[in-house]
Amino acid sequence: MEKRVIKMIMQDQYVLDMAAEGKRVDGRKHDEFRKIEIEKNPLEKPEGSARVRIGKTDVIVGVKMEVGEPFPDKPDEGTLMVGAEFSPMASPDFEAGPPREDAVELARVVDRGIRESGAIDVKKLCIKKKEKVWIVMIDIQIMNHDGNLFDASTLGAITALLNTKIPEYDEKKDEINYEKKTKVLPVTCKPVSVTFAKIGNQIFVDPGLDEENVEGGRITVTTKDNGNICAIQKGSPVPFTLDEIEKIFDMAIEKGKELRKLV
Amino acid sequence: MQPAKARKGIHRRKVLKMRIDKRKYDELRPLEIKAGVIPNANGSAMVRMGKTIAVAAVYGPREMFPKFKQKSNKAVLNTLYTMVPFSTTERVRPGRSRRSMEICKVTRQALEPAIFLEEFPKSVIDVYINIIQADAGTRTAGINAASVALADAGIPMRDLVASVAGGKIGKNFLVDLCMEEEEETEADVPVAYMPRTRQITLLQMDGDLPKEDVKEIIKLAIKSIEKIYKEQRKALEARWKKG
Repeated sequence: MEKRVIKMIMQDQYVLDMAAEGKRVDGRKHDEFRKIEIEKNPLEKPEGSARVRIGKTDVIVGVKMEVGEPFPDKPDEGTLMVGAEFSPMASPDFEAGPPREDAVELARVVDRGIRESGAIDVKKLCIKKKEKVWIVMIDIQIMNHDGNLFDASTLGAITALLNTKIPEYDEKKDEINYEKKTKVLPVTCKPVSVTFAKIGNQIFVDPGLDEENVEGGRITVTTKDNGNICAIQKGSPVPFTLDEIEKIFDMAIEKGKELRKLV
Repeated sequence: MQPAKARKGIHRRKVLKMRIDKRKYDELRPLEIKAGVIPNANGSAMVRMGKTIAVAAVYGPREMFPKFKQKSNKAVLNTLYTMVPFSTTERVRPGRSRRSMEICKVTRQALEPAIFLEEFPKSVIDVYINIIQADAGTRTAGINAASVALADAGIPMRDLVASVAGGKIGKNFLVDLCMEEEEETEADVPVAYMPRTRQITLLQMDGDLPKEDVKEIIKLAIKSIEKIYKEQRKALEARWKKG
């Protein structure tokens, strides 16, 4: 067997044994995040960007804006798109090619948090009703995967949006001047996600890769500034009880407040 | 004009304590479950929830190919969720979409805890779900059908998984939303649950609600799931009970 595989199996057992004692491998408390670093607008080309590091997990989020047609059922609203790319550079487990299930899930959960919270005031992104609106494209590029891509990506997305400036658009010439960015993107609130791992009967916040690799439960809860929940995604085969879900909601709201201060 | 009309509609429903299709708030749409609908499959089922129709077929446990995808300690559960092109008002383009990829994943994870996969190392259990007609709640109907199909195939299971979505319109919490309601609801919360073990195997939400409301929706969904569970058992009994 490959060395890496043997190491992984041993590591899994170690994580499980520690969890049975109510401990985590890196000595964190149940509700303790790893060190979070957020860089605002590290790049010049995108309209807004952010780099988020949670421990060794490293994510860059870029926002690009284009002019396009609105959806026929929402003729006066701008649109939102979220994509995620798991570059093979970021992990030995990632492969090149079109986005797989995990990447699609990540993008859709981030999308849901931003869309459902109404974080972007899409009505203000209308240029000409039924014809032209701004399209906000959020792309998540994973640089290094060490667990909890969900929280890093959501934090990155909302930070990037808060720092996004809309370029100038000449309606007559149908040209976007990306050099001149004047207006600030209308962002109304800060949706923040908190991800939990269930290992044995323990619930840990911000799972690291070693904790995610163990066959355990994963659930992500996105909350708004007012404490409302705007997205939930249970993303693992391990089931949860109703009591656990209730506890998770409380923790997600509490931790969300802390994360929001960083944005 | 439109808003006034819509307001009137909501107002009327409040007075009547009824929904668009005259259901009570905690009432399911007409539910029909039939086991054994596809002769070629090892197990199959059809579930109709109102206008939503889901058919599930199970093949396996059978040998997993390609071999490198085999797992030495358990079977692999493979789910494929497909919306048939004519299932909605606007034609669905065939092939995988981002939405269907996500649903495949959550469906698999909703069913996996119920199955004794460790009994069948190196094999695969294929679950194919086709949505023949879609009127909201397709993933939950798909899970209900798949669960019955798995049992119909004789695969050892801890429990049946039953599923329904909950929501909130105005002050009312409701279950098993139809298309019109799904457009109006403040949140869409699909839940799957194993009644015997009391475990939640699927939980998603999109919307904007305080946590108390979300909890309320989950509890209401679980109550309805118990009803679906009974129907699932009846369908299996109808197919397999002798005499």
